[in-house]
Amino acid sequence: MPPAAPARPQPAPGQAVFRAQGLTKVYRMGEVEVPALRGIDLQLNAGELVVLLGPSGSGKSTLLNILGGLDAPTSGEVWYLDHKLSGASEAELTRFRREHVGFVFQFYNLIPSLTARENVAAVTEIAPSPMRPEDALHLVGLGERLDHFPAQMSGGEQQRVAIARAIAKNPAVLLCDEPTGALDSQTGVVVLEALEKVNRELGTLTVLITHNVGIADMADRVIRLSDGRISGIRANPSKKPARELSW
Amino acid sequence: MSALNLKLLRDLWHLRGQVLAIAAVIMGGVATLVMSLSTYDSLFETRERFYREYRFAQVFASLKRAPEPVAERLRAIPGVAQVETRVLAGVKLELDGYTDPMTGLLLSLPDGGAPLLNGLHLKRGRMVQPFSSDEVVLSDTYADAHHLEPGDKLAAIINGKRKRLTIVGVALSPEFVYQIAPGAMFPDFARYGVLWMGRHALAAAYDMEGGFNHVALSLSPGVAEQDVIDQVDAVLAPYGGTGAYGRKHQFSNRFLDEELKQLKTTATVFPAIFLGVAAFLLNVVVSRLIATQREQIAILKAFGYGHLAIGWHYLKLVMVMTLVGVAGGVTLGAWFGQGLARVYLGFYRFPYLDYQLHPGVIATALAVSLGAGVSGTLFAVGRAIRLAPAEGMRPETPALYRATLAERIGLQQWLSQPSRMILRHIERRPVKALLTVFGIACGCGLMMVGNYQKGAIDFMVDVQFRQAAREDLAVSFIEPTSGRAMHELQALPGVQQVEGFREVPAILRFGHRHYRAALYGIQAEGQLHRALDSTLRPVSVPPGGVVLTDHLANNILHIKPGDLLTVEVLEGSRPVRQVPVLGITKQYLGVSAYMQQDSLNALMREGNVISGAYLGLDPGAEPAVYAKLHERPRVLGMVANASAIRSFYDTIGEFVLFYNMVATLLAGAIAFGVVYNSARIALSEQGRELASLRVLGFTHGEIAYILLGELALLTLAAIPLGFLVGLGLTGILVMVFESDLYRLPLIIEPANYAMGATVVVISALLSGLLVWHRLGRLDLVAVLKARE
Repeated sequence: MPPAAPARPQPAPGQAVFRAQGLTKVYRMGEVEVPALRGIDLQLNAGELVVLLGPSGSGKSTLLNILGGLDAPTSGEVWYLDHKLSGASEAELTRFRREHVGFVFQFYNLIPSLTARENVAAVTEIAPSPMRPEDALHLVGLGERLDHFPAQMSGGEQQRVAIARAIAKNPAVLLCDEPTGALDSQTGVVVLEALEKVNRELGTLTVLITHNVGIADMADRVIRLSDGRISGIRANPSKKPARELSW
Repeated sequence: MSALNLKLLRDLWHLRGQVLAIAAVIMGGVATLVMSLSTYDSLFETRERFYREYRFAQVFASLKRAPEPVAERLRAIPGVAQVETRVLAGVKLELDGYTDPMTGLLLSLPDGGAPLLNGLHLKRGRMVQPFSSDEVVLSDTYADAHHLEPGDKLAAIINGKRKRLTIVGVALSPEFVYQIAPGAMFPDFARYGVLWMGRHALAAAYDMEGGFNHVALSLSPGVAEQDVIDQVDAVLAPYGGTGAYGRKHQFSNRFLDEELKQLKTTATVFPAIFLGVAAFLLNVVVSRLIATQREQIAILKAFGYGHLAIGWHYLKLVMVMTLVGVAGGVTLGAWFGQGLARVYLGFYRFPYLDYQLHPGVIATALAVSLGAGVSGTLFAVGRAIRLAPAEGMRPETPALYRATLAERIGLQQWLSQPSRMILRHIERRPVKALLTVFGIACGCGLMMVGNYQKGAIDFMVDVQFRQAAREDLAVSFIEPTSGRAMHELQALPGVQQVEGFREVPAILRFGHRHYRAALYGIQAEGQLHRALDSTLRPVSVPPGGVVLTDHLANNILHIKPGDLLTVEVLEGSRPVRQVPVLGITKQYLGVSAYMQQDSLNALMREGNVISGAYLGLDPGAEPAVYAKLHERPRVLGMVANASAIRSFYDTIGEFVLFYNMVATLLAGAIAFGVVYNSARIALSEQGRELASLRVLGFTHGEIAYILLGELALLTLAAIPLGFLVGLGLTGILVMVFESDLYRLPLIIEPANYAMGATVVVISALLSGLLVWHRLGRLDLVAVLKARE
């Protein structure tokens, strides 16, 4: 199966895709202020596979949401290439997501009324230079299940459709929030293999949230969060292939 | 308060928009029910009370003239309780400064005290002094139309003689609750009045001393009315009796009967529609609520709540929504009812109208609404009860979709993914989609019914006055007159055209069926007064036979062209003849039988005799012609069409306005209720997908297309169906309201279709706007974490 070639220039390998400085996020719940991020400085580079590791409540989802243009920081700055995301309007953020970001969710979030192919096509129809939906599905090993509806597929298959949907637009960044959280470990490995393949073959910056330490071994870099701060960044020169992971 | 009841209140608060929308639909049903039933009760009981207190007679008979002692023979008829002989005179009225022709009916009052039957309710002034020669009591409609008060004067031409009269009182009578001039299409309070004067004075003026020409009777309880009527006819036949009749055929009472019948129909047809739609909406909303609360139900069951407690919990939710609607509906219905009763008082003159809202009506509304609500949701609530706790803890299996028919036949490539989503949502639950379309269509249809009357009346006026009765003035003589009188009329300055007509009261008989009607002899090639065929084109009446109004032929006598009709004339020597039916005519008001004047003269064995004439006038010549005719003693009545139409529209204006307001409000409520609820349910069902799409980069507008596109499609489909519903409902009304007094034409104007569509589109736009705002507040972050 030939790798689908990116149709438009991606950030050069090693180039900084995201830069964040002094990011804080405070949620106001009634009369109580709950700090979720307490000052994050961060740089994420093209082609990297980064794992954000941390217990629940550590702020990793908040950080991912801000990077993905779903949420705005309370203070601090975040840049995507030379676009400043902090302070961007709702319409600008929508356009940013549409053109540059691929999302993979814990619960797949497929459209039940659309087939695998159509779920992918829903995104490629609005993207500026996408790959063919069939190619994206081949890439995740679902070339045979193009015309199945979500209700006719297993959880692992659904998640791979979600990955195909995320990458089909040729995004600069793939953001995955607990992509194996709802799957057993055997199925989870198949999904991680798909992510690994996308990262390797398309060179897409992939950010993966997990609280599962076992998964961290497949990353180029592991960023640990606790209590809203980065508690450690570890480069991983000898990363393991996904198929060797277990938890 | 128990925890479950707290949950109930919070669920209701959470669903408040939908609760209100559903309550609004229930409110519409309850409001029409309460309005119609309470107005019915009020009108019915007021009528009964008025009839009882003012001794409304039970049998009436007109005759040419009988000496007073004949009354003794009427009193001797078994079963007759009271007999009151009277003198009735058709008169022309004169008021200083008023030039339109006015006619009136003058009735005698006994000089020896209050009338035994048909008492008067004095609104102002006093009754006539016994044996006074010029005092009259006036009907309140005529007095009010001319601002006449006791002490004012007017003149009447009685039997060709002008008599000055002094008004001493203004009164109402149970005989004239609904006042309309004989032969007129509409009530015209300014140009037709009822007056009462002392028997002695009226008999002197009308050459009726020692005799009577009308009699009213009351019966002993339990007496068969028809037996009495037959015997009265036998007694009065030698004196020119034209046939006694009971209350059922008394003109004013007949109109009231028809009105009451219509209110009963309104009280059943319309609430049924509203409550049916409300039941559907409740079913949809509660089904969805139970689907979203699967886990809660499972947990409650795991804690040990029983089936009954869970089922009762959701039924209470339904009942609260229903009660909100019933409460609003009763309030609104009582308000509408009072408004309607007030509008009715403009047409139907009662001394009082006690507005009645019986507890029974409220109980009916409550029972019917709760019945509809509970039966509409029983299935959904049953599902909550049957749900096994362990099953409820697991997420519901994702809905199964498939490619739609449009795609299977190869239209797929033309459809974007969002468009496919729309079609598949609709096709996955076709019954729900159909019911939604039908519910919206009901809104459209109700709007059309509410606005139907105005168009129908315009149409009837057009047919009656621009196609059939095109004369400017109809003149009737005191008694049948030689055809030479036409030359006299033709010679009057300003008169363009004259067509004589002969009118003969008769009983028409075919088989065992019979009907009392006027037999009209008109001109074969008449230009002013014409008969119309079923396509409303003028037809000439063929010689030697009779042409009948469709309703009279088809629904009353059941006679076909070619059959022989028996005509029992009630005038002159009262001949009985057989006449062939030669054709059927279309007529919306009243029923009649037409012949050529020559043929009718031949049937009566008389020469060229006419009862009156239709006149076409030069424009602007009306006042001069009225004045000239007014002076002629043999001219009894004049009916001027143009002014009659004008005054009619003034009278019904308020009525039409009131109905339009009610219809718009209710149709809007039903259309909005259905569209808004569909939108909210769709949002609840698809919120997660739509938020996911937002995260993937779809804009607010693009996801709104998916949600609102479905609604737009359903709304568009509902409009043509709504036209059919409107047509069907109007058809039902037309059928129910059909009587020999009038038949409404099934005519719906383009503007009315437009109104129906407009109310649906506006409701849809409003719902769309509300949902659009909600789409802007979708929580994008939450969907990433939450499982369905």
